[in-house]
Amino acid sequence: MTDATAPDETARPGRLREFWFYFRENRGAVFGLWIFVGFVICAALGPWLAPYDPTEQFREFALLPPAWQEGGDWAFPLGTDPLGRDMLSRLIEGARYSFFVGVIVVTVAASGGILIGMVAGFAPQWLDSVIMRIMDVILAFPSLLLALVLVAILGPSLTNAMIAIAIVLQPHYVRLTRASVLAEKQKDYVTSARVAGAGLLRLMFVTVLPNCLAPIIVQGALSFSTAILDAAALGFLGMGAQPPTPEWGTMLAEAREFILRAWWVVTFPGLAILITVLAINLMGDGLRDALDPKLKRS
Amino acid sequence: MNAPVMSASALARHYEIGAGMFRKPQTLRAVQRVDFSLYAGRTLAVVGESGCGKSTLARMVTMIEEPTAGELTLDGKPVVKSAWPELRTDVQIVFQDPYGSLNPRQRIGTILMEPLVINRPDMSAAERETKAREMIGLVGLRPEHFDRYPHMFSGGQRQRIAIARALMLDPKVLVLDEPVSALDVSIQSAVLNLLVDIQERMNLAYLFISHDLSVVRHVCDDIIVMYLGQAVETGPKEAVFAAPRHPYTKALLSATPRAEPGANKERIKLTGELPSPLANLPGCPFAPRCWKVQELCRAERPSLSGEDHAAACHFPLDDEDHAQT
Repeated sequence: MTDATAPDETARPGRLREFWFYFRENRGAVFGLWIFVGFVICAALGPWLAPYDPTEQFREFALLPPAWQEGGDWAFPLGTDPLGRDMLSRLIEGARYSFFVGVIVVTVAASGGILIGMVAGFAPQWLDSVIMRIMDVILAFPSLLLALVLVAILGPSLTNAMIAIAIVLQPHYVRLTRASVLAEKQKDYVTSARVAGAGLLRLMFVTVLPNCLAPIIVQGALSFSTAILDAAALGFLGMGAQPPTPEWGTMLAEAREFILRAWWVVTFPGLAILITVLAINLMGDGLRDALDPKLKRS
Repeated sequence: MNAPVMSASALARHYEIGAGMFRKPQTLRAVQRVDFSLYAGRTLAVVGESGCGKSTLARMVTMIEEPTAGELTLDGKPVVKSAWPELRTDVQIVFQDPYGSLNPRQRIGTILMEPLVINRPDMSAAERETKAREMIGLVGLRPEHFDRYPHMFSGGQRQRIAIARALMLDPKVLVLDEPVSALDVSIQSAVLNLLVDIQERMNLAYLFISHDLSVVRHVCDDIIVMYLGQAVETGPKEAVFAAPRHPYTKALLSATPRAEPGANKERIKLTGELPSPLANLPGCPFAPRCWKVQELCRAERPSLSGEDHAAACHFPLDDEDHAQT
């Protein structure tokens, strides 16, 4: 990948390659990335990867322990749940729901938040105050409680849980974007763009926004994991995905009563949430380092 | 001399500050009644200490801020807010801090081509690039710098890039807001020489803002000395440097280090504080710090008087005063 416009001896590596070069330096981030890639593959190819249908019940094998334990069977490597459904298939299928929740929530919350934050940063004082006070009101509620209230109003389902989580996460993006915009707006290069005749939209999205992106991307990566956690929590409380959907949080809730008798029915979904969230957080950190041009060397 | 490219008369900028619900706003007079004319191929220097309104003046000239009062004309056309979009391309600015004036997310090529993208939408991308590459050569950078990011450059190189960007639209007036004060001394002269070179080649009018008199002596043709938002002395460089008429100018000049060992020079030390720009004193603003102050100075504000070399002082310095020091 070389830049087509550059003459031969000055050819520079393409953007992606450059990004990878800096990203690679952070070991934890690369580790996180690999796990995330595995997670994405599970999400994308779930039905083909999973050995069984996640809702198929093998009644004669109910609460079978994992294969390496006494009484286990290699036909069900991670054991089965109280209804005899294969844990591994359900976990793989669950990745799909978590990934879906993460992507939709982050996209909705980030695009809305960036837009509102941008407007607040460039708006006259009164509009800025109005927007920020509304965001403060949303931030004043404990996030899960607010999400619960919203789901209670909208009705319990995975879609409504995603809408609720997106609304709850949005103010963070607004605050972050507005703060970066206010800091960047003071700088000479913005004045310079204005002297060159840049209009308001160009100033907002071409001049200022790219310079505010680093913290927003980190926030995006972190709230990807928050979204997964919150969706799992709502599922656990019975307000998110409804059984028999193999969503990780819902799986935890269903298996609660077997926690002392069959450790695997709660441990594996919990581990899946933990590992995914941790991997995404590690990756988010590396992403920030690689995307910040100030940390690059020539 | 031909007609000025830009001229200002009684230009003023006031800020209302500290307005609260029950408080009357105070007026900060950042710039009051400044006149000047810029000519193609000539440099007008504005000097003065920090907070005297130099940068506010630059912001008015570059159409970032609207003057509170006074008139500004560019090529005979009045510069009013509704005409800003058309006139803007004729006045460009180079900032003091080369680390803040380039967008860190854009490559040099993009930075240079941006003014063209905005103002010359009919120009093809290839033409823009050709022009940007030419400009890189003109300011003394190498072609391979085109695809680099600003953080890969030193302060002097960045300032060259900033100059190149300002020149992309072929402006008539270039405002230089302390263009070299953030640079190493060794780089300063290179950038100054580049500026002088470009002025000759493109027949530009410069408004050169600085507090460094030795730099001003090197590049300018005319001088305005500002003090607390007002012009206290104006005139051709030679006259002002040889025989300053305002005591403040003389004090400023005496503070400039000169490379003449053994030169018998008396440093005039000013005592007292700069009066607050919020206070609207009836007398001369320099009166509290002046060593020649008299009753009249505190009572009545002097106006700029004199033909070519004017000073706003009731008791301007004459040859006798210069002979003493």
